[in-house]
Parts: sequence; structure tokens; C-alpha cells
Amino acid sequence: MRLILNGKRRELNVHPLKRLLDVLREDCALTGTKEGCGEGECGACTVLLDGAPVNSCLVPAAHADGARLMTIEGLGGRHRLQRAFVEHGGAQCGICTPGMILAAVALGPKPSLNAIKVGLAGNLCRCTGYSAIYRSIRQA
Amino acid sequence: MQSSISRLTLFQPSSLDEALTMLRDEGPLAPMAGCTDLFVALNFGTLAETRFLDLWQLDALKTIEERDGALSIGALATHTDLIRSSLVRRRLPMLAAAAREIGGVQIQNRGTLGGNVANASPAGDTLPVLAAADATVVLRNAGGTRRVPFTAFYTGYRQTVRRPDELIVSFDIAPVRGRQAFRKVGTRAAQAISKVVMAVVAGEAPRIAIGSVAPTVVRARRTEAALAAGASIAEAQRLLVEEIAPIDDIRSTAAYRRRVTASLLAHLLAPRSS
Repeated sequence: MRLILNGKRRELNVHPLKRLLDVLREDCALTGTKEGCGEGECGACTVLLDGAPVNSCLVPAAHADGARLMTIEGLGGRHRLQRAFVEHGGAQCGICTPGMILAAVALGPKPSLNAIKVGLAGNLCRCTGYSAIYRSIRQA
Repeated sequence: MQSSISRLTLFQPSSLDEALTMLRDEGPLAPMAGCTDLFVALNFGTLAETRFLDLWQLDALKTIEERDGALSIGALATHTDLIRSSLVRRRLPMLAAAAREIGGVQIQNRGTLGGNVANASPAGDTLPVLAAADATVVLRNAGGTRRVPFTAFYTGYRQTVRRPDELIVSFDIAPVRGRQAFRKVGTRAAQAISKVVMAVVAGEAPRIAIGSVAPTVVRARRTEAALAAGASIAEAQRLLVEEIAPIDDIRSTAAYRRRVTASLLAHLLAPRSS
């Protein structure tokens, strides 16, 4: 399969039904994408597929063929949302953080509080109680 | 991942005709689209099927259009497509309302209307909408097209009339007369599986459809007839709780489901409810 992964062309030889999550972690050594529940409930494995948030534990590799894929590594570490999560306590244990940040990226700049709550409804956090996450996104 | 994927085979047709030919000549094949249900079973090692037919790239099945006065929704329209479609919001607002409460954004971006119907869970959130709208399921095989009323599509728990060589290609919905309303009751708005889910068309010929209260989605025909004949809400509520067959399970109890079903009826029939 061919795809544009974090802005770079990649060619991978993987089973078409391998989970995109496993392709990223095992074949691309991009371990920023986390596995939480493995059933589409928690959003920890969220990546942007052609700009849209998806749970990479539920996407077969075949469906990323020819696509643009963005993982947390693609933000480079200095993205405004990454900085805001550090400064405003949006990350605690960190497992949900890559998925939270990518779901927030998809909302574009300066989303309303309601847009944030709807856009992040598929991302679970067991540490923060969400307020610090919402604050991070609003301040970014 | 608890399944070994090396034993799995994926067929990838590039057109609907090719897909139907594969289904006829290479079957049985399990159709797959957004994978939001199928991959859960795959991840947990509970998926029995080993040969799959990938429909995701068949763009012709993603169309949402008006055809001969009816709203026609392709089976591969995602929940996000339904939410964004001005045609759906105008013609079938209760479907847009249901799509908004399915999963989170990640699931809405992948899950399809055809998949929600084919998966045949009694808790599928779009099912009461299609039942209340008197939708028609358009099925195709290599030999031709078959149209089945949505209310005759399910024959039992997780059982449908779809034959192994058929694909759901679209849903046709004639104009719905009356005010539409939808409500899902679960532990939270996003992600949760419904304890009770109801769609209502209020008007001269009321239509009431309910999910999670029987082995399949149900239309409350006796309650509808009573309301059309002028029954009070209280009378309709008494009839309705006798028309359903809820069970106790991990998500709720039969008693709670009866009580909530009765309350939802009053809520959705009341003017200005949403």
C-alpha cells in the first residue's frame, strides 16, 4: 500500500486487514498512537485519515491505501495544541493525549466550547475530568 | 488484536457489478464497509467469517439524492454524510438527529447507514428512524434488484431477509407527512449503546418505532391506530408498553425500559419536542 504519512510518501507491504493502529506501531515504528480499548469506545488511537478523525483500531490497512494520514508525530512536538496541553495541564497520564490533540486539530482554530465537547465526545480521559483538556484547546 | 489475520482473505472490487459477481462466484463473503462493528469482533477474536468483500471504495453507493420524489440514500453514506446533507436535514431530520448521537466523531466518520442496518443489532440507532419513515431497502444481486419494506427486513434477533448473494445498495424514503422526532436514552449521549431509542412521526397518521425493547426494531401498530382514532396520550402509553417485549440485560432492566418507553412517547408527541 502507498500513502502519505505525516507529509512523506510511504510504501508498505502489509496484510490489507491489518489494523491501521498495528501498521503504525509495528511497521512504521510510530508508537505515539496508543491502543486503549480496541473497540472504538475510547479514541486513544485516533489519527487523521484524509483530515478526518478515525479510530485506527477499527480501520483496515486497505482503507489507508492512497490516503493522507496524520499521527501525533506529524505535529512535530511544537504545535500550538501540544504546547497548550503542557501549559494548561491537559495531559496527565498521557495515554489519551495523542488522540485528544488530533481530535482537537480536526476542529480547526478557536472552536467553541460546545464544538469541543461534541468533537471530543469519542475520546475518553480517566485523569483530568476534561476541564483541563477543554481549557488547553480554548487557550491554544 | 486477538485474531490471526494471516488466515483472512479480502476481496476488493472496483465497481458494484464486480462486487456482485464476486459475491455470486466466490461466496460466501462477508460484506465490509466502515468496519466499526466488524473490527470490534475481529479485535476480540469472535469473528467467525474469514473471507471479506470490501465495499468501502464503491463511491456510487455513497450518493444521497432526490429521485422520483423520494429521498434515496446510498448504503455507504456515513453518519457524517447524513449529518452534513442538507437534503437529509430537510427531508428526514430525525435521521440526522440519530446520526449525531451515534458513537463519537470517529465512528460517525466511518460507520455507514447500510452497515448499521445490516449489522441488525436491535439497538441500532438509525433503525427506528427507517422504520418510522416506512423506508424501502433496495437489495441487489448479480441477477437484479429487489425492494423490501424496511419493516419486513428483520425476521428475528440479528436475522434479516438479505440473501448471501445480495448487497444492500440504498434506502428509498417517500416524503414523510407529519412532525418527526427522535430520542435516544443511554448512559451518555455519545458512544453509549441505547437502552431505549424511539422515532416518532406525529400527525394524522402517527408512526412510532422503537429499538432496544424487542429482538428487532418494532413498529407500534396498535398504538398508532389508537392515536389515529383519537386515543389520549395516557391510553396510548398503556397500549405501547404492552406492544413491546423488553428484557433485563447489562445495560438496563425490562421495567425501566417500559417506563422510559412510555415517557418518551409523551415527550416526542408533545409539540416542540426535539
